[in-house]
Formats: sequence, structure tokens, C-alpha cells
Amino acid sequence: MTQPLLEIRDLTVAFRQDGAETLAVRNASLTVAPGETVAIVGESGSGKSVTALSTVSLLPDSARVSGSVTYAGRELLGADERTLCEVRGNDISFIFQEPMTSLNPLHTIEKQLAESIELHQGLRGEAVRARIIELLEKVGIHDPASRLGAYPHQLSGGQRQRVMIAMALANSPDLLIADEPTTALDVTIQAQILELLTDLKRQENMSLLFITHDLGIVRRIADRVHVMKGGEIVEHGPTAELFAAPRHEYTRTLLEAEPAGRPDSPPEGAGEIVRTEGLRIWFPIQRGLLRRTVGHIKAVNDASLSICEGETLGIVGESGSGKTTLALAIMRLIRSEGPIVFMGEHIERLHARELRPLRARMQIVFQDPYGSLSPRMTVEEIISEGLGVHGVPEGRDTHVMVGEIMEEVGLDPSTMHRYPHEFSGGQRQRIAIARAMILRPRLVVLDEPTSALDMTVQVQIVNLLRDLQKRHRLAYLFISHDLRVVRALSHKVMVMKRGDVVEAGPAELIFSAPQTAYTRALMAAAFDLKAVEGGGI
Amino acid sequence: MRLSPLNRRRWRNFKRNRRAFWSLWIFVVLFGLSLFAEFIANDKPLIVSYRGELHFPVVKFYPETAFGGDFQTEASYRDPEVQCLIVSGGLEECFDDPEAVMADAGDGIVNGEPIAKGWILWPPVPYSYDTPNELDTAAPSPPDAKHWLGTDDATRDVLARVIYGFRLSILFTLIVTAVASVIGIIAGAIQGYFGGWIDLGLQRILEIWGSVPELYVIIILTAIVGRSFWLLVAIVILFGWPRLVGVVRAEFLRARNFEYVRAARALGVSDRKIMFRHILPNAMVATLTFLPFIITGGIATLASLDYLGYGLPSSAPSLGELTLQAKQNLQAPWLGFTAFFVFALMLSLLVFIFEGVRDAFDPRKTFE
Repeated sequence: MTQPLLEIRDLTVAFRQDGAETLAVRNASLTVAPGETVAIVGESGSGKSVTALSTVSLLPDSARVSGSVTYAGRELLGADERTLCEVRGNDISFIFQEPMTSLNPLHTIEKQLAESIELHQGLRGEAVRARIIELLEKVGIHDPASRLGAYPHQLSGGQRQRVMIAMALANSPDLLIADEPTTALDVTIQAQILELLTDLKRQENMSLLFITHDLGIVRRIADRVHVMKGGEIVEHGPTAELFAAPRHEYTRTLLEAEPAGRPDSPPEGAGEIVRTEGLRIWFPIQRGLLRRTVGHIKAVNDASLSICEGETLGIVGESGSGKTTLALAIMRLIRSEGPIVFMGEHIERLHARELRPLRARMQIVFQDPYGSLSPRMTVEEIISEGLGVHGVPEGRDTHVMVGEIMEEVGLDPSTMHRYPHEFSGGQRQRIAIARAMILRPRLVVLDEPTSALDMTVQVQIVNLLRDLQKRHRLAYLFISHDLRVVRALSHKVMVMKRGDVVEAGPAELIFSAPQTAYTRALMAAAFDLKAVEGGGI
Repeated sequence: MRLSPLNRRRWRNFKRNRRAFWSLWIFVVLFGLSLFAEFIANDKPLIVSYRGELHFPVVKFYPETAFGGDFQTEASYRDPEVQCLIVSGGLEECFDDPEAVMADAGDGIVNGEPIAKGWILWPPVPYSYDTPNELDTAAPSPPDAKHWLGTDDATRDVLARVIYGFRLSILFTLIVTAVASVIGIIAGAIQGYFGGWIDLGLQRILEIWGSVPELYVIIILTAIVGRSFWLLVAIVILFGWPRLVGVVRAEFLRARNFEYVRAARALGVSDRKIMFRHILPNAMVATLTFLPFIITGGIATLASLDYLGYGLPSSAPSLGELTLQAKQNLQAPWLGFTAFFVFALMLSLLVFIFEGVRDAFDPRKTFE
């Protein structure tokens, strides 16, 4: 092999806090050759991002780094600030996960890009502008000259990520480090961005160090893969070889982790739990002194649905399509127009007080298991909160009930006095599910309950949900952009696009014979990756 | 009390900041001592033994007749006559020549006759903040063996006034901060949580309220009602509570759309419970970073009002009034120096403590 561009040898990173030391990375070694794409795969907390950040010393001060990182023969660990500044942005560029927070919201696109170009290339005036337009064209932004004055919030998520890539490319880096660049994006956008990255890599002859948790992406773009677990690289090798014959047990678990199976057919003669007819959610835009309504943001137009006992309705669509808004409206957490019938009762006009007893029968589980649990309450307090509102059933003890429900969702009841931050993401999602289940609801709204979780954990949560549904004849309203999970759970599917229901019907029918172009595009983006990876597994 | 792991971590972080930790201890000791100012600086003795019986004048009223004197009023223990009566067990001779009798009573025999010898235990500083003293020189007198920090222009002992003044300043600012914070947090919580018209309306009221000149209101009210501690507390609270509203409002505006708040709403939890059980504990950090400004601000407000002469009654032990005296008596620099060092010590300690508290509550700050 030729002289590697980036070489990491025996890298060990530890974080010190409260006098205790936590090892984040242990003896990691990897190389990236010129023009090569190397992927680091692992679940959250495996140390993959820390490894990448340590290459150009971007870690917080509490980190203790040892080992060696050489870039084109130059040692970077312990290098002085000047060398690092030269390398950062110029030779090595970064793309981060969250395109909204990586761009300064107060600067225009032109200004953000100009900063780095002026700094590293010394261009001025018109030359800078020309270069910016060239870059934006390269990353596939239409009519770049007119977008120069745009602010980040005026761009969509995919466009923002393109701008981020343009920034990273501004100084023609030799190595691009991409830290989960598509995780926050919709599947359709993700497919576009991946295509863009592979094209650019070929054109610019860059090396790419790609960090992700998604094996589908790795399989599609990487030449070589390093699998990380608990701070150690447990296995590495060329992509095809590794996927064909994984040696390490952990790699095999990762490869097998895919929400599989189909939901059991709903019970016979099941009653209807919830129904909406032509539900409409428009947010008025008010202007002027008298707050006159001048227009509406149309979040959901004309949504009709019906869910029976033991049945799951999956709602799919890209971000901004109104899926979550629809679910919140059905739960009467936001205002809407049109009838909502819950267990035979019209609830669209009920007051908060009249609604309260019904709240026990409809529950919601949110996407982010970190944000949906109050950090200042113990697990017992969180789970038993609903009992405090709706009352403990006669002859039952809160403490015992919390213990039982924790056992049912697969948590150790002896941990009920701990705080949420002491649990992993999957465990937190189980806590959130327990909080909803303790009231024995009939309808549970699941708002992307698996998308913030690692693949292996996703599978467990999907199995848990299916299990709970069968045992308690629950009706699920399942919202997700991940079609694989939807397929594993739903009996019926509804596809939404910008507030409109574009397609609805039995799950099997929609997945096997999608009627609209939009649904087909959605599936191509989601399953194309899968179709490629499907072969060897 | 069992601390949650989070609070234990904060306490550890706080202890790690040595300056804040020691400041806290010094402050606790000083404030603790000043709470017992009556036992440290007082013109009444702590314990009096009269004819073998123990009396506690600090906490109890005794007429002079109890010690063989003539008056029904409280014994003025600083008079040589009263002291002589106590020491000699109530001899009549005390009314003629108390000093001689006291000198003679040392061995328990006066004029050849045995007496019921008594004794007096004074506090370390035998003056209260309002005790007038008989001086050999003109007031204010410089520091000497009797008055360690000298006396002010009304012949009162400066050390005693500082001890009481410290306590008064701290208590004033603690009361004001506590009440103003509670009002401010509730108002901010309501504004931020409900938003919309309630928010708009309260904002406008706050703006109008904020443009009322505080000083004029105080001058007018003190002219009508007269100066008093509680009136001052009430006015400063009245004008102090809006300072926290902005921070708390912003925190609640941010937190009301958090998923755990939505989850609580989906459970049917009432608004009040959501506000104070779910959002407030998480909004507390931002609130806490604002508290030091309110606490030190309270001390400064009291001092400046006293300095201007619109604060506490002039007999009250006030550090602001001491500063005013220092300005009026430039020939007596011990007044100015005392006031300066007391303020400097008090404010520095508070600032150091709250700096530590703020850092300890900051989840992003890591400590090695």
C-alpha cells in the first residue's frame, strides 16, 4: 500500500470528570490511504466520533489523549496551535451531523463560506464570490447566485447539509471526515447526499473517513470498515469481505439487527378505537395590530383514518409532512377542525377538564428518550405520574404497580429510584413506554419511538411493542420515516406529503404495489440501501 | 436529608472551588455570629450574680429595684451605682461613692463588714449599637482600648454598629431576595408557560412598572408613613421582583414545548403541576445564576438609601449611615475605612460563594 494519508496508531482517549477517568477510546489504530473511503461503524457511545475529533485535537479540555496521529507524515497529537489551524479546514475538513446547529443562524450562506475561503486561500472580493458559486453548484444547489443571501433557516435540511459540504470542500481538502452526515435527514435526502459525497470524492480525489451507525450506508460507499465497540476496534477489513464473513460476534449481531417479521393479524371482531373524518389542522398567520388572519400554514389537510383494537396504523412521510401534527391533534394536544371519535365518543369539542379522564385511555411515546423524561425526577416518579392524576385502582399500591410495569417492559424494578441519566437510550425508551402503559391505555401514539436508538436496540423495542400489543389488544398509531420499522409493525399504512394524505391502505398492498410516485420514491430511498445489503446477510 | 446524585455532584463541584468553599465557611461563621449580636455587643451584661442569685439581663427585664436601687425602670447596668449595687450586694454606700465601694469590695469585706459579693459578666463588646458613651474627647473619637474601631459622631461604638449593621444588611437582602424571587418566578412562569395574550399583557404591565422611579416613591412614602425597616423591605420587593421575570419567562417559553412537558400534558397532568414539578426544577439553574446580582443588589440598595438619608431610621445600625458619617467627618478616617472594609468583605464573600454555586450548577462545566 502507498504511504497512508492519515494514520492513527494506538490512540487512547480518556475523559476525566469528578476525579474519575472514563476510557472513551482504547488502543485504536487505523489508516486512510489517498482516495480511499474508510468507515467507522458502531453504536452510540462506542467512541467513533471521539476518534475522529481527536485527529485534529477538537476534543474538550477534559480529554487525555495518548498514542499517535500522523497526517502525511506529520505528527498531529501535541502539535502546536499553528500547525493544527493549518491542517484544520485546509487539509482535513469536517461535516457534522446536525446541519441546523453547525451553521451560524445569523450569517448568510455567502458569509459563512467566504470566511473559510478568505482565511485559507487569501482570495478577496469577486474571486471569493465566484468560488462560492462554483462550490454551491458542485454540491447541487440550483441557481446558486440567487441563494447567496439566504440564511440557514430559509434552507431545507438537505440544502443546509449541502452548504455544509460546500464549506468543507471550500479549500479542496485531502481528507473529509463526515460524522453521521445523514442521520438527521429524511431517507430521500439521505440517498441524494450519499450520492453527492461519492461523486465529489471521485472528482476531487479526496479521502473520506465516514462515521455512521448505519450498515446500509457503509456497505454502499466504504472501501474498508472498522467496527468499534466500547472504545475498541473489534474488527476491520475490506467492506465486501467483512460483510460476507464477519469474524467477530459483535459484527454479526450488528448485521443481524434489522427490524424483521410482520405484525400478527389483528383479533377478530375488534371494535373501533379512534376515527377521524377530514381532520384539518391549519395554523393561522396573523399580522398587524389587530392580529388579522392573513393566511394559514396548512399542516394537515383532510386526514381521515380509523384504528381498531389490536391494530397498528403506520404513518410515513418526510419531515414536515404533518405526521406528528396529526397525531398530536388526535390526542387533542393541539387545535384542529373536524370530528375525532375516540371509543365511540366525539372528543373534538371537549374541554380540558372533560378530557382528563379520557387521557388515561390514550397515551403517547415520543421520539427522543433523552428529552421526554424529566431529568430531575426518579424513574418511579416518572412512571407513576399518571397514577397521581387518574388515581390508583382500588386495592393497588403505586409502588407495586410501578414494579410490575417495569418488569413487563423489561426493566429491573430495583432501579426505580434512579434518575433517567443513569440509563441507556433503549432503557429510557422502555421507561417512556412504561409511563404510557401503566394507565392501561387503549390507544398509544408512537412518535418515531425507535429513530433515536441504535439498530440492535430498535429490534428489541419493536419486539416489545409487538408483544405489548398482542397482550393488551392495544391500538397503535405509529409514526416513522423508517419504512423498515413501519413494515415490521403496521397493519395499515398512510403516506403523507406536505399535509396531504397521498396514499392509504393495508400495509402489504402499499409495500408490494405502491400507487403514487411519491411512495415509490420513498421506498426506493429506504429499501435501495437494503436491497444492496440484503444479499450477503 | 438524602441528596440526589445530581445535587451530590454539585456539592462536590462546589467544594472543589476552594475560594468559594472557604468564602462560604467564613460567611456562615460571620453571619452565624452576627445572628447572636445581642450576646456579642450589648450594653446589658450576659450574667449577673446578685447576692448569690443568677440574673440574665440580656434576655430578661430586671428593674433597678431588683438590685436594691430606687427606680422601677430597667436597671441601667452601665451606671457605676448599679454596678456597685450588684458587686456589693446592695450596700447603701454605693449611692455616695460607687467607685470606692467597688474598689473596696474586691476582698469581700467593705468597711470591715462581710458582704454578699456579686459579679457581672459583660459581652466581649460592652456596648450596643445605640449606646451613647461619655467620651473624654469630642465625638467621633479614634480607636482606643475601649472602642476598638472608635466611635461615631453620636458617640456610639462603631464596632457594635458594624456587627448589628452586618446582620441587618444580610437579613434585609435575604428577605428581599426570597420574596422577590418567589413573586418573580411565579410571574415569569405564568408568562412563559401560557404565552399569548397573558404574556403580552404582563409584559406591558412590567414595562410600565419598570419606568416608575423607585427613589421618588420611597421619598414620598417615607414622608407620609415615616421611615421603617419593613416599609423599606416592602418597597424594595415591590420594585425588585421584575428582575427575575425575564429569565424565568425565557426558560419557561423554551421548556413548555419539551417532550417531557408534552408527555405530562398527554397524561392529563394539570398546568400548575407541570409548571412547578416539571419545568421549574429545570429552569432553576438559569434563575440561580441571577440570584447573586439580586442579593448584592439588595445590600447596595439599602446602603445607598441610608447614605442618601431615605433609608432606615437614623438610630438603626446601618452601614450606609456609617458611610454618610464618614463623608461628613473626613477628619475621622476610621469611619470610612471601616465602612469600606465591611462592604468589601461582605460583597466579596457573597460574590465568591455564588460564583462557585453557578459553576457547580453548570452541567457543561466539567471538573477534574
